[in-house]
Amino acid sequence: MKILVCISKTPDTTAKITFTDNNTKFDTNGVQWIINPYDEWYALVRAIELKEKDPSATIHLITVGGADAEPIIRKALALGGDEAFRVNADSHDSFYIASQIAAIAKEGAYDLILTGKETIDYNGSSIGGMVAELLDLPYISLASKFELDGSKATIIREIEGGEETAEVNLPVVVSAAKGMAEQRIPNMRGIMAARTKPLKVTEPIAVEALTSVTSFGLPPAKAGVKLVPADNVDELVRLLHEEAKAI
Amino acid sequence: MSVLIFVDIAEGQVKKASLEALSYGAKVAEQLGTSAEGVVLGTPKEDLAALGKYGVSKVHHVNNPALDHLDAQVYTKVIAQVAQAVSATVIIFPNNMDGKSIAPRLSARLKAGLISGAVALPDTSNGFTVKKNVFSGKAFANISISTPVKIIALNPNAYPVKAGEGTATVEAFNATVDTPKVKVTSSTKASGEVPLTEAEIVVSAGRGLKGPENWGMVEDLAKVLHAATACSRPVADAHWRPHNEHVGQTGIAIAPNLYIAIGISGAIQHLAGVNRSKVIVVINKDPEAPFFKAADYGIVGDAFEVVPKLTEAIKKLKGIS
Ligand SMILES: Cc1cc2nc3c(=O)[nH]c(=O)nc-3n(C[C@H](O)[C@H](O)[C@H](O)COP(=O)(O)OP(=O)(O)OC[C@H]3O[C@@H](n4cnc5c(N)ncnc54)[C@H](O)[C@@H]3O)c2cc1C
Repeated sequence: MKILVCISKTPDTTAKITFTDNNTKFDTNGVQWIINPYDEWYALVRAIELKEKDPSATIHLITVGGADAEPIIRKALALGGDEAFRVNADSHDSFYIASQIAAIAKEGAYDLILTGKETIDYNGSSIGGMVAELLDLPYISLASKFELDGSKATIIREIEGGEETAEVNLPVVVSAAKGMAEQRIPNMRGIMAARTKPLKVTEPIAVEALTSVTSFGLPPAKAGVKLVPADNVDELVRLLHEEAKAI
Repeated sequence: MSVLIFVDIAEGQVKKASLEALSYGAKVAEQLGTSAEGVVLGTPKEDLAALGKYGVSKVHHVNNPALDHLDAQVYTKVIAQVAQAVSATVIIFPNNMDGKSIAPRLSARLKAGLISGAVALPDTSNGFTVKKNVFSGKAFANISISTPVKIIALNPNAYPVKAGEGTATVEAFNATVDTPKVKVTSSTKASGEVPLTEAEIVVSAGRGLKGPENWGMVEDLAKVLHAATACSRPVADAHWRPHNEHVGQTGIAIAPNLYIAIGISGAIQHLAGVNRSKVIVVINKDPEAPFFKAADYGIVGDAFEVVPKLTEAIKKLKGIS
């Protein structure tokens, strides 16, 4: 079985979000980068678990990004995975990235392609669906459980106010949400091994992006909290009812 | 030319997120001087003509039991056929499970630019630009689409449902429907409960509650408010509450009218997923808790004393004894 896990580099969750160049660029000054949590905690770890059960499985990782994405992909390799691809391109939009991934995926003929349910910076939740369409494969999004029996996958996916169990035969594209696996910490052996695992850099295929960012902005700050004494909840209820009209 | 809105149905019923998408789509059509039309797949129990109330003149219905469960691959091909038949220039989805599964596929299929997680109407004064959340709600971006066909996935609770008068003409649409490869074998719906992403009011609690046995008072408060319940990440990680209640940067992002946070410190990762709530109430015994900076109303006090009193006060307001 061949598994491809899509890895994205995102700012650390505590990063201060500010913009430069007249609010057209994210200010990366002083920002620490991490593997997108959904890619790392759920997609990658689940792939590693599948390989632990079936040692004949191979795991490839892919990221689309510049040379500055290499520490991230090495960190992912330290957790697990046999080799990695980096498509040497700045990110444009989801369609551009998905097209690069699909091009590599097509050549590799993977049985399972895993992505995180979204990135915590762009929040597009689009890459998995686009890759699936470009490869004409079934797609299951927001999966919180993934079990494999031969070539049949049983997947639980989140729906509004509940969950749904679905079955599908490989090959399939799945986006991973919380519940699919438990976060792991890379160990020293993994970190050492990652240094020598193959990381293949390829040039992007020619694709037009379909969208572009015109500007960024920050939400308006709150006016300030109105404190109500703990022994006067009636006053809170009155404020919520009459002033905020929220209840 | 038309604006086509995907109407998502669950167990035969139109979801609230779809009513929002319909209202939004009707407004977009008005902006562009064209008609708004809906598309429904599968076998709804509701009267589709009534969707006219939300501003669509026509509903295209692909009535095929193979479409009763979501297989995004099959759905995408069907919606593409409808979109082409009605020359849709803008296609709108609710940004929920269905929308997140289908919209990206349709975008790749039609080479139509997609904005997922839109929170406002498009600005058409100079091209076609839509505001969306980025950095998990810590910021927003204006994204412009350069392709002739545009796809927007609208965030839940970002645009109000607007119901007026009117009935839609329902037209059966004869589409080629592939055999689904995804087989849905079971579904569990927490029936009666309000889905978290669609809830107007959310009552959420954190580690300050000490243990899962203390959630009764949270549920009681949620019940009198018809609210959904949520929690912070450590609470879900400790299995005090189910994973699907975890809100925040690495959980579910929500934007209810009212968010009540009990015994939650207000870490940056938690705030990221909830700071688009219109009104935030914080109950925390620590006056220095960072959450108070992001709140509209607050009580500095012990949750175990405040929450039951709050529930009683709301019952009084609502005349429930
Ligand atoms: C990569 C990453 C991603 C993360 N993603 C998320 C996320 O998506 N969502 C999320 O929630 N967190 C997330 N976190 C965790 C986050 O940093 C915080 O640790 C977490 O939100 C804290 O949860 P809490 O507020 O419930 O607990 P605590 O921080 O322990 O706070 C408990 C609060 O309860 C108050 N309290 C205690 N007793 C009482 C009482 N009797 N009455 C009233 N108040 C009381 C305390 O004053 C305190 O403020 C993430 C962290 C990382 C590193």
